[in-house]
Amino acid sequence: MTPRRRRIVLVVGILAGVSIAGALALRAFQENVMFFFDPTQVAAGEAPTGERFRLGGMVRPGTVERRSGSLDMNFVVTDFKRDVPVRYSGVVPDLFRENQGVVAHGRLGADGVFVADEILAKHDENYMPPEVARAIKDKHGGVMPVDPGKAVDPPSPGAVPLNLKLNP
Amino acid sequence: MIPEIGHFALILCLLVSVLQAFFGIAGPALGRDRWLAVVGPAVTAQFVMVSAAMGVLIYAFVQNDFSVEYVAQNSNSALPVFYRVSALWGAHEGSLVLWSWILASWTLAVALLSRQLPARFAARVLGVLGIVSVGFLLFTLATSNPFLRLSPAAPDGRDLNPLLQDPALAIHPPMLYAGYVGFAVAFAFACAAMLEGRLDQAWARWTRPWTTVAWAFLSVGIALGSWWAYYELGWGGYWFWDPVENASFMPWLVGTALIHSLAVTEKRGLFKSWTLLLAILAFSLSLLGTFLVRSGVLVSVHSFAADPARGTFILAFLVIMIGGALTLYAWRAPLLKSNAGFELTSRESFLLFNNILLMVATATVFAGTMAPLISDALGLGTLSVGPQYFNPVFLLPTLPLVALAAVGIHASWKKGRIGERRGPLLLALAIAVLLTLAVVLGAYEGARVLTPIGIGLGIWLALSALIDPIARLRRGIRITPAIFGMALAHLGVGVFVLSIAVVESYTRERDVALAVGESARVGEFEYRFLDLDPLEGPNYDGVKGTIAVFENGKQIALLHPEKREYWVQRSVMTEAGIDMQLTRDVFGALGEDLGAGRWSVRAQVRPLISFVWLAAFLMALGGVIAACDRRYRVALPSPEAAPVTPVAAALPASARSAAAGDVLPGSAG
Repeated sequence: MTPRRRRIVLVVGILAGVSIAGALALRAFQENVMFFFDPTQVAAGEAPTGERFRLGGMVRPGTVERRSGSLDMNFVVTDFKRDVPVRYSGVVPDLFRENQGVVAHGRLGADGVFVADEILAKHDENYMPPEVARAIKDKHGGVMPVDPGKAVDPPSPGAVPLNLKLNP
Repeated sequence: MIPEIGHFALILCLLVSVLQAFFGIAGPALGRDRWLAVVGPAVTAQFVMVSAAMGVLIYAFVQNDFSVEYVAQNSNSALPVFYRVSALWGAHEGSLVLWSWILASWTLAVALLSRQLPARFAARVLGVLGIVSVGFLLFTLATSNPFLRLSPAAPDGRDLNPLLQDPALAIHPPMLYAGYVGFAVAFAFACAAMLEGRLDQAWARWTRPWTTVAWAFLSVGIALGSWWAYYELGWGGYWFWDPVENASFMPWLVGTALIHSLAVTEKRGLFKSWTLLLAILAFSLSLLGTFLVRSGVLVSVHSFAADPARGTFILAFLVIMIGGALTLYAWRAPLLKSNAGFELTSRESFLLFNNILLMVATATVFAGTMAPLISDALGLGTLSVGPQYFNPVFLLPTLPLVALAAVGIHASWKKGRIGERRGPLLLALAIAVLLTLAVVLGAYEGARVLTPIGIGLGIWLALSALIDPIARLRRGIRITPAIFGMALAHLGVGVFVLSIAVVESYTRERDVALAVGESARVGEFEYRFLDLDPLEGPNYDGVKGTIAVFENGKQIALLHPEKREYWVQRSVMTEAGIDMQLTRDVFGALGEDLGAGRWSVRAQVRPLISFVWLAAFLMALGGVIAACDRRYRVALPSPEAAPVTPVAAALPASARSAAAGDVLPGSAG
């Protein structure tokens, strides 16, 4: 092969490889991306049933119920306009509390109960997930129960994932 | 009064940085060699000033000076002294001071260790570093001043976030920053080369050790962060593909590509413009990481206080730095031609594929990290991308990369021959296959398809990395630091792949509800909750559990997980109980009181997880050893131009133009 020919083969090979990788990445992306919905959107039927998504809002005070001595629990996520009941089994984050922001990953059942397999909470007292803050602000006439702007700064650029995975 | 001294020192530091940037860039450009004499002292002054500012801030923390707002927000009189010092970089403002101090340290190191560089070139490098320094100091002073006073002074501080009261986290940010900022040095070398309009193999030789050391720091920084997340966050994961993690991982990937591309540029004079581009990209991604973390634009589990002013500033700085460097690149890169060829199976080819695969890996991480931002900005809905995307997509380019590395480290330059290494390489492959089969079919049950692939590739690369040093040892040939470092780093990659495959395949985990005296099965292990006692620490109280773990009826570990409530912030922290051993970790964390005397307990047994971090340290150690190679320290006159001695630098420009050799027209006076 002449150097020119070899170069063409090389470039074509690389392009092909990169395109295949890109196509596969795109597919994985489409299949695994999760959208965020607030309780009002869920109530309006915008959220998909049977597909995983993120539900965010506040934990409505007085709704956290737990069968004594068991990992199963129920609570209600609210944006102060509509409510969505949530069922979960497992360990909840330290900062999961009533009247605090929460994001739950899971699926919406046919009975209208959101079955969560993962619960995320903020990692400090003042922080509220931005999407939750926005969802509540929209419904709440611009008044925030918690001021997200006053957040204490974070621990450094390092990893601070408060990511709770439920185990099978 | 004392905090004001710190503030003043920081302002002086900014002014000195401006001098350093101006004279470092303008001196060589205008051919005023006398101007270069300003640069060295400016570097020293900058280092002294920023050290003074940082010293003052540390003093304010140690003395509990709660009239300083930053101290009042991040410290407390009950906080142990060690954490009062590390609280300096526990939040935004102080970590920027640390950033500037590390940049000043790197700059000083460049100034001190680069005496054999041509004077103009060295001045340009320091000038570019000066520009970076100006940007960050301006940012600190304009939007994030840590010396602001609180009037009246707070009676006591709000305390350091309890998550950060941890030894690993005390050293994690400095390491990470040393890596981030270290890429500024490679960036500065690249910009200086483009300003000179000349890039030869000597340039690559100067740049390599700096890049490798920065990369080693970044490796250690990321590993420490991951380790901290594993044991301190209390939930036992070690990597979450969180945007903030990705922000530190992308520069690492590009930095890895840069190290390999620099090797080709040094040895063969190839890939010149590609190397420059990677140097720009590595630093750009470091800046982007800072932007993502600091501006709060990302929807992350831990995105922080959103401050539009800060975000805008960093974004503007990012645009100026990257835009400027890329413009320079577009202008000058076409001048840097290399015309040597190489065969498809030569080492150059392997390194080319290494670079392509690493860039594809970076692109997948970048896409996943930025997609939520872009979708949100375009009003396409708020989405999030998790491990379900990253895990498979990231493996796609990296698994072939591991296989290529196992073969590629034995390929010779230019000619495509593996030659005498073919035998040992095949032997290593055979051993890897046998061991993998033994693990997957014999000792443990087979897991997923990826398990044998990961284990096999990991073992193959680890063994392959050892072939060269062993062959040299047997023949009595000296093993240079470069050879040893490279072997160690690739051994580290092999061990890393192997351990990740094992951890992901053979971890046993379960959430259980346990009362004292009860026990639960977790895979082949049994967790028995023995006791629950009250606990009191220096600035917290809580409960401490005692959990015994059994395997086949034999006790293998005794865990002491804690649940702490810190007094000042009234925040609850989970301290996992972990029995760490080289071969496996037994992990237990207390969740919450479930009522009826029961507690939720997260139980995990992870084989080989220590090796994940150990491997990262092996890589970093390999990098540092390779950077210590003698050839980087010997002043080698580049073939095109003799290095200009300080004496020559003092001569008028006209007298030096002869010595400047084939410098491109326009770049010299």
